[in-house]
Amino acid sequence: MSHLPASQSATPMLRQIAERPTVRGALMRAPLPVKVFGALFVLGFLALNAGIAYVVIDGRLDGQWYDVRDLGVGVGALTDWMRDQGVPEVAVYLTSAIVGATGVLSLVGVWLIIGPWLERRAIAKFQVRMGPNRNGPFGLFQSLADAIKLMQKEVIIPRGADKILYFIPPVFIFVPALLGWAVVPWAPEMTYTDLDVGVLFTIAISSLGVLAVFLAGWASNNHYSLLGAMRTVAMMVSYEIPISLSLLSVAMLTSSMRLSEIVAWQSNYNVWMIVILPFAAFAFLFSSTAEINRTPNDIGEAESEIVAGFYTEYSGMKGGLFMAVELGNAILVGALMSTFFLGGYTMFGLETWIPGYLILLTKIMTVYLFFVWLRATLPRFRLDQLMGFAWKFLIPISMVQVFVVAIQASVLARVDAPGVFVLGSFAIINLSMTILLVRLWASRMSVSTIQQATKPILTQVVGGLRAAEQIRKPV
Amino acid sequence: MIPEIPALDELSVTLAHYLLVSGAVFGIGVVIALAKRNAVAVLMGVELMLNAVNLTILAFSRFSSAFPAGDAPLAGHAFVVFVLTVAAAEAAVALALAVLVYRRRETVDLDRVNLLRW
Amino acid sequence: MDSPAFLLAFLILSGITVTSALLVFVARNLMHALAFLVLSFLGMAGLFMTLSADFIAIAQILIYAGSISVLMVFAVMLTPLASRDNGNSLYVIPALMGGAGIAGLVSLVAIETDWAEHSGDALKAADFERTVPVIGDLLLGRYVLAFEVASVLLFIALLGAILLVQDRDGGDATGEAQ
Repeated sequence: MSHLPASQSATPMLRQIAERPTVRGALMRAPLPVKVFGALFVLGFLALNAGIAYVVIDGRLDGQWYDVRDLGVGVGALTDWMRDQGVPEVAVYLTSAIVGATGVLSLVGVWLIIGPWLERRAIAKFQVRMGPNRNGPFGLFQSLADAIKLMQKEVIIPRGADKILYFIPPVFIFVPALLGWAVVPWAPEMTYTDLDVGVLFTIAISSLGVLAVFLAGWASNNHYSLLGAMRTVAMMVSYEIPISLSLLSVAMLTSSMRLSEIVAWQSNYNVWMIVILPFAAFAFLFSSTAEINRTPNDIGEAESEIVAGFYTEYSGMKGGLFMAVELGNAILVGALMSTFFLGGYTMFGLETWIPGYLILLTKIMTVYLFFVWLRATLPRFRLDQLMGFAWKFLIPISMVQVFVVAIQASVLARVDAPGVFVLGSFAIINLSMTILLVRLWASRMSVSTIQQATKPILTQVVGGLRAAEQIRKPV
Repeated sequence: MIPEIPALDELSVTLAHYLLVSGAVFGIGVVIALAKRNAVAVLMGVELMLNAVNLTILAFSRFSSAFPAGDAPLAGHAFVVFVLTVAAAEAAVALALAVLVYRRRETVDLDRVNLLRW
Repeated sequence: MDSPAFLLAFLILSGITVTSALLVFVARNLMHALAFLVLSFLGMAGLFMTLSADFIAIAQILIYAGSISVLMVFAVMLTPLASRDNGNSLYVIPALMGGAGIAGLVSLVAIETDWAEHSGDALKAADFERTVPVIGDLLLGRYVLAFEVASVLLFIALLGAILLVQDRDGGDATGEAQ
């Protein structure tokens, strides 16, 4: 379409399609200050990395406090210095805790401004429209304006709501969203707490959110809220099992539940876990979208069925907190996905040149854009389809995968130096097993559902469960 | 705050403190399990008692390596894992029973589930 | 011996645990009682952390605060509005006496016994470095029979729960019970 001048197109719609955004076109059409600023930014980034590379090659950055590749080293040096000065242990501990908390909070806070903007702009590009472009450069301040609008809204407490329990969930749901960051390694020394049970910690923390969702739905005294809460809880409880099983296979293969050791394993063997365990990666990603209520699986707040799900009755900033938690959870899942399956802060040796946290951030952004892509592409599943997918499809295949991985882990423990051959054979075995199982299972499980679900059945009881019942035994 | 800090330094958390907390929680669990009418509330009391027992086991496991633990200092932890397992199974069955009782008798009030009374 | 931060953590966590356990008894609404119960579980997990039992603490959060409480919520939801109070039965006074007696007995034993004397010098707190591999070895080594029995027990409990609540008549399956 680019050969056609935009102004000659007949209708605005066609003109928009003619001006379909491409990277090259965006670069060409950008105003001059943006071009200059972008060029300066890129040049500065390249110069910074060249400087780092120079110093690294020179061998001067051996874990000193000024090593910008690993900010944790600086904090460690600071706390060591404070201990030398005779500062009480509490103050030392508090210092590192405050630094860590500030890091997490500022990351999530900045993300709450950039994330919605990015998502809306990206979806707008998918749907060939503009997206938010009024507030600030490229509409970047749209999220700020939204936040201010939300804060100014009246706080309405529904009549008959449980006054105490109504106010707890918006705060309580933040706890898992922030606590999950505690174990994510950003660089070798840059982990807030490198727990020995990190994998289990992430699962346990994500299971805490279920309760907040349920309390929110129950305390609102609204049928839509309760429906959304029941749906969400049923779905989250179901999808925790595939997550646990897929993470179990990762932990067995790396023989560690420490996240930094999982990353070190992948960096050691120069392979990403997604290559060795493709089905586990898929199960984790899909179940995570269900767990954090993102769009292919956002059955708990399906706005075309139940108004806003479990936070229908939350007005103003309290509803905003729920949305904020969803955004924060999206990048948390991105970080966990990158750590477990995409190599974490390592990038085949690139982490000695570029700071590890930038690599991890890039991977998080990639996973997030993948989520946005899913949202723009896929329709919403029905609740019984989702539950059936978890129980009949993901969990059995994950269990088979766990058994196979157990054999592979014991093989791995007996081989002295597992090289390309062993890991490659693992990857090929797992991939072929996955393809075989998926095809087999799909041919067994899916035919009858598709044939019978064509009858329109009125959904009467909680979230379509009655409909599922009817499908199973047609009258 | 300043005069308190040396006092805090002298104190130390010992086995007896954990046992006190555990005893208190166990007592509260007993009270809840005995005094509540609702079946779910009774189950809450039982869970609290199990929690208190776990705390006791873990405290002994940490503070008393002189007790005959042999070559397994973490045997208490393994025991707690079994207690957790049994607690999960018990909760599932007990709640299923509560639901069943509600379906049959239209109530979960344990005082009114009196089929065995003469 | 212990750092003030540790002491403070112990005090706060035990305060949270005991207070919210008391509030489970006091609360009039069953959902409020459930919320306090979860708080008590979380405080208990914190106490496990202070005992350097990290694996057990995380398992406690996962099983109690994450799963059993959700089960209880579902059980509360499946019962009608009228039976969602947290009332006491006729046995309050005997129950209070029994609970106070047990708690007092445990406290008496805990305070009066000279633990250091009975266990020698080794009553020093042992801080375990890595608990997970040791527990794993124990579970699949020395206690493997108990482990298998526990797994069979879980399976039977699962089957039993499903069999108990499933609708025998096959008539009006509302699906709520699943």
